[in-house]
Amino acid sequence: MDWSKTLVKEEINFEGNQEGRKLSYAAAIKEGLELAMTNDERVFVMGQGVDDPVGMFGVTNGLQEKYGEDRVFDTPLSENGLTGVAVGAALAGMRPFYMHNRPDFLLLTMDQIVNHAAKWNYMFGGCSTGVPLVIWACVGRGWGGAAQHTQTLQGLFMHIPGLRLVMPTTPYDAKGLLITAIAEQNPVIIMEHRWLFKQSGHVPEGLYSIPFGRGVVRRQGKDITIVAISHMVVETMAAVPELEKQGIDVEIIDPRTLKPLDEALILESVKKTGRLVVADTGWKTGGVGAEIAALVAEKALKFLKSPVQRIGSLDIPTPSSSVLETKFYPGKANVVTACLEAMGRV
Amino acid sequence: MKLNIPASPLVYDTELKDIPRKTLRDLYRVMLRIQKVELKVDELYHEDEMKTPVHLCLGQEAIAAGVCSNLNTEDYVFTNHRGHGHYIAKGGDIKKMVAELYNRETGCSRGRGGSMHLIDVAAGLLGSSSIVAGNIPIATGAALASAIRKDKRVAVTFFGDAAVEEGVIYESVNFAMLKKLPVIFVCENNLYSVFSGLSKRQAHGDIYRRFTGLDIPGIRIDGNNVVDVYRTAKEAVARARKGEGPTFLECQTYRLRDHHGTASGADVGYRSQEEVDAWASRCPVKNFERFLLKQKLITPNNIKELSGAIDAEIKVAFQFAQASPLPKEGEVANYLFK
Repeated sequence: MDWSKTLVKEEINFEGNQEGRKLSYAAAIKEGLELAMTNDERVFVMGQGVDDPVGMFGVTNGLQEKYGEDRVFDTPLSENGLTGVAVGAALAGMRPFYMHNRPDFLLLTMDQIVNHAAKWNYMFGGCSTGVPLVIWACVGRGWGGAAQHTQTLQGLFMHIPGLRLVMPTTPYDAKGLLITAIAEQNPVIIMEHRWLFKQSGHVPEGLYSIPFGRGVVRRQGKDITIVAISHMVVETMAAVPELEKQGIDVEIIDPRTLKPLDEALILESVKKTGRLVVADTGWKTGGVGAEIAALVAEKALKFLKSPVQRIGSLDIPTPSSSVLETKFYPGKANVVTACLEAMGRV
Repeated sequence: MKLNIPASPLVYDTELKDIPRKTLRDLYRVMLRIQKVELKVDELYHEDEMKTPVHLCLGQEAIAAGVCSNLNTEDYVFTNHRGHGHYIAKGGDIKKMVAELYNRETGCSRGRGGSMHLIDVAAGLLGSSSIVAGNIPIATGAALASAIRKDKRVAVTFFGDAAVEEGVIYESVNFAMLKKLPVIFVCENNLYSVFSGLSKRQAHGDIYRRFTGLDIPGIRIDGNNVVDVYRTAKEAVARARKGEGPTFLECQTYRLRDHHGTASGADVGYRSQEEVDAWASRCPVKNFERFLLKQKLITPNNIKELSGAIDAEIKVAFQFAQASPLPKEGEVANYLFK
C-alpha cells in the first residue's frame, strides 16, 4: 500500500495539545520533509539554493548530505522550464518538491503551473498518471523588500481550477499539511510567510497529516467571525486583547487551505455571529477576501447584521520605505478598525 | 512570395545492411497507418461530427515513424497539438484516438481533451500540450525521473519550428545538458507557424545549430526520409540510454495541410500551389513505398495486403467512435483531480 494511504488521518487538536515537544517553524517543515523523503524514495527536492548554507530559511540544511545529490539539488534560474521538468518527473512517477525563495518567482512559471500542471488530469479525462507535484514558496516580507520580493499571490492561484492551495500558520500545520501535500496525487502550492518563521509550537513526532479543506477555529467568540489567512492569523490574535477591552468577542477561523476551502466552517460561524471580517495578506481587489465575502453573500447573506469588512494590502505594488510599508501592510490595527466597523461603532 | 522548395529530391541510401528488412517494412507500415488515419479524418472532417480543431500531420509521417521505431513501450513520448502521428507511432490505441476526435466518452481523454490532447499511458505516450513548447520541459522532467531511478528509459519531445522561439526550450536544453538527461528533442521544422513563414520569425534558419553554445549535438536531417530519421534517432536513443545525454534533431519537413483543418493553404495566399505540389511530390510514404518496391524489399501483393488490413482497422475505429456515447452532461466536473 502506498505510504500516503497509511498516514494518520485523524487530526490532532492543536488548541488542546500544547504540552508536548516544541519545534521552530523551520524545524517542523524540515522534519516533515525528511520523514516524507525517508518514507518514499520517489520524493525529491529541487530549487534555487536548496543546498546552500542558508538552506531555504533553514528548511533544507543537511538534506543533500543525507539524501544525496540526485534527490536534493540546486536548479538553474529557469523557473518555467524547471516547473515543467517537475511536472514531467511527476508524470513519470516521481514526487517532486520544488522550492522557491519568493512567490514572486512563480510568476515566471505560470505557463507550466496553470496551462499544464493544473489541467493535466482534467484535459486527459482522468487518464493521466496524475501530477503529484508540490511547489513551495515563502512570502518574502522583510525590510524594504519592495515590489518584486514581497508579493502574496494566493489570489491568483485560488482562481485556478485543478490546484490545491495551502497556507499554514503554525509549525504543527506546516508539517502536517506538507506531509499531506507530498502524499497528494495532484499539484499543490504551499505558500509560506517569512514572518511565520518566528513561530514555534507543539509538533508531534513522526508522520501525521492534516486533511485539506479543513480549517480550525483559533478562538471561539460570539460577535464577529474573522477569517484570517496565513500571517494575518497572528495579527488577528494580537488584536484580541484590544478587542476584548472594547467588549468585542471575536471568533477566529484559520482555513489553512484555500483550495479546497472549508466553507462549512466559515458559514456555520457566520450564522452564529452574524458578522464577517476577512483578513488576508494579499491585495483586496479580486482576492481571497473577495472570494470569501462572496461565498458568505451567496450562502449566508440573511444572517449578516452588518456589511462584510475586508482587510488586505493596498492595491499598489509594495513600497520600500518603512513609512510607506507600514501604511501598505495590513496589521492588528486594521483588524481592530474593521471589527469596530462591523459592530457599527465607527 | 518566397518559395520554400527543397533543393534536393528525396533519395534513399541503397546500402541498408544496418537495417533489418522487417524494420524497413515496419517503418513503411507505421507511416502508412498514420497517413491513412489522417486521410480518413481529412475526408470526414467536413461532416462536423469531429468537433475539435484537427492539426493533420500529412507530409510529416516519417519523423514519428522513424523516431518511435527506436523506442520501447516504457520509453516516454510527449507530443504537441499536431500529435496524431506520434500517438500512432508510439503504439497508441487508434480506436480511442478516433473516439477522442469524435468527443466521445470512450476517447483516450474521455472527450475532455480533443485532437490536441491525446494520451495513452500504457503505450508510453504520457500526454500532449497545445501550448507551443509546453511539452519540452515536461519530457525533460520525465528523463530526469529516468536518470534519478537509473531505469534507462528515454524521453522524446516532438515540437514544431516555432517552439524554438520560446524561452522554455533554452531552459530545457540547458538543464538536460547540465544533468546529461536521456531526452531527445525532435524539432519538426515544417517551415510555418500557422500562416507565418520561418524567415519572418527567426533571425537565423539553422535551427539545428541553435543550442551549440550548450554543446548539445545538433543534427539536421531530411525529415521526409524515414531511413535518415530512423538511423539518426537510433544513435540518439543509444546515446541517451548509455547516459551520454540529450540530442537535438532538426527534421526538415512540410505539412501538406493548413495549420489546422483540411485545406492546403494555397488558396489563401500564404504559400503557393507550386510550393505545396513540390512538397507533395516528396511524400515520405509514397516515395518510400516506391523505393521498397524497386529494391524488392516488398512486393505489390504485400502492399495490397497491408493496405487492406489497415483500412479494415480504420473502418472499425471510426465505427467504434461514431457508435460510442458522448460524455454525460452531469459528469462535466469529473476528473479535475486524480
